[in-house]
Amino acid sequence: MGKTIAEKIFDAHSVDNPADDIHVIRLDAVFCHEITTPLAIHDLVNRGKDRVFDPDKIKVVIDHVSPAKDSKTAMQGKILREWSRRHNIRDFFDIGRNGVCHAIFPEKGFVRPGSTVIMGDSHTCTHGAFGAFAAGVGTTDLEVGILKGVCAFRYPSTIKINISGPLPEGVYAKDVILSVIRLLGVNGATNKVIEFTGPVIDAMSMESRMTLCNMAIEAGGTSGICSPDRVTIEYLWDFIKDEYASKEEALEDAGRFLSDADAQYDRVIEHDVSSLEPLVTYGYKPDQVKPVREMESIQVDQVYIGSCTNGRIEDLRVVAQVLRGKKISDSVRGVVSPATTQVYRQAMAEGVLKIFLDAGFCVTNPTCGACLGMSNGVLAEGEVCASTTNRNFNGRMGKGGMVHLVSPATAAATAISGFIANSELYKG
Amino acid sequence: MKNFSGNVLFLDRSDINTDEIIPAKYLTENSKQALKPYFLEDIWLEGFNARRDVEDKNIIITRANFGCGSSREHAPWAIEVNNIHLVIAESFARIFRQNMFNCGMMAVELPARTIDGIFKDFAHRETYLETDLDKGVFTITADGQHAEIPFSISNFDRALITTGGWVDYADSKY
Repeated sequence: MGKTIAEKIFDAHSVDNPADDIHVIRLDAVFCHEITTPLAIHDLVNRGKDRVFDPDKIKVVIDHVSPAKDSKTAMQGKILREWSRRHNIRDFFDIGRNGVCHAIFPEKGFVRPGSTVIMGDSHTCTHGAFGAFAAGVGTTDLEVGILKGVCAFRYPSTIKINISGPLPEGVYAKDVILSVIRLLGVNGATNKVIEFTGPVIDAMSMESRMTLCNMAIEAGGTSGICSPDRVTIEYLWDFIKDEYASKEEALEDAGRFLSDADAQYDRVIEHDVSSLEPLVTYGYKPDQVKPVREMESIQVDQVYIGSCTNGRIEDLRVVAQVLRGKKISDSVRGVVSPATTQVYRQAMAEGVLKIFLDAGFCVTNPTCGACLGMSNGVLAEGEVCASTTNRNFNGRMGKGGMVHLVSPATAAATAISGFIANSELYKG
Repeated sequence: MKNFSGNVLFLDRSDINTDEIIPAKYLTENSKQALKPYFLEDIWLEGFNARRDVEDKNIIITRANFGCGSSREHAPWAIEVNNIHLVIAESFARIFRQNMFNCGMMAVELPARTIDGIFKDFAHRETYLETDLDKGVFTITADGQHAEIPFSISNFDRALITTGGWVDYADSKY
């Protein structure tokens, strides 16, 4: 019987099968940020186990509140900084060199086809875009990952979503994933891996695939996953060129982690997006999704562009294309947070930041900030925000605020209009 | 091992996420105890008042997909420092469920029909739940009314709550 990508990765990393379908797997990377790691460090110190399994496999970033906004967040950064130094963790990214974890770690080439990754962050599923098994965990699992380089999971069962198109003009990866979440529901993929396949995925950039996999968790999924292909190898080439004689050889090696034609899936869903429209969430759950055209009477106070979902260069370019030569509505506060320092630099070099500034946006430094109501764009009670982030939960971007999740293009059009709007109205 | 018996707090909604259990702005606290007053602060549930309704409760009974969203273990910690060690639901989000057992607490799933029955019979009054881990039975009592409900947890989950959690287990074994 054939195997899925996730099953092949598990089989290649299996350490133990302590009970039933629980498998302990070896980790290729453990990612850390300053919100969930300090208490793991604290506990390790208290237990007299202040060790790391392999400093080269631990990657650390300060991203959630950067720069620190108060003494408490400053202390979280300090704990992480000192711990990284103490254990000779070389891949530590502090302010000025940092970025939102799920944007900066792929950018540094830390995720490879067939690898296993955990992080104390639910959006770790993003990294499955590289054909990896990547899962968010709590602080205790993170702590064991840091100490022993292992983590326990149920043997993966996979939902395959075969996406056919072509994707219409003005419709993006964000709209596709919102349509998938609407289809599955917020717990439709709980304890499952979501494998995205089909011609629409094949034609997508790594950035778009990351947007898709990023929101697998919003359907309850353990990891999103895409088949590693030529696009994956091209993206990673600078980091892997010493390991392979040619791109063909790298591609062939990644081919070990492709699902077999006779692999067994929990479900296979055929999803045709050729008539998909731009989408937007309403309510407090990410599966509450409507076409933009049904929400055009909704006025917004703020438009937020950024996050591990949609703060990459491709996203900022799409926004700039809509904004070019236009001003945002007087009634809208526009906030853009390029996801990483590299994205920031690139957007500056390409003139994208100038378009943002000319349109009336505030450009902030890279940080998770407003997405989870921490800093840099928190909402007041009763305010409405169109946001390229991933969660519209009650209070998520600020107590009493309402969040409408949208694509970067829709966010740009909404900033100009002041109301939820389709970007097709403003192009050209 | 922790105590898994006590008074029941009913949360009659599905998809209660970890942002509702403990809002992100409190994740800057560097102790679990500091989370106590903010538990369920942002819950979206008609008529619920966290300060009034959480007091003296030890068990949560709720609907589907409890603990969805963020991976923050601050959610189980906020539950723990409020003296609640057991959550019973129709289903859980994966990370939340694992976090509960990793902390030596229990997240137990019961069929939707059983949860429905419990809500119908008990949700409107003071309810006590007794856990018999060896027999795998919850005994629910209120005003003379009484129900025995069987449950099961995996051997792995049992090992986590009886041996002091995942850190010691993994460090001795791997």
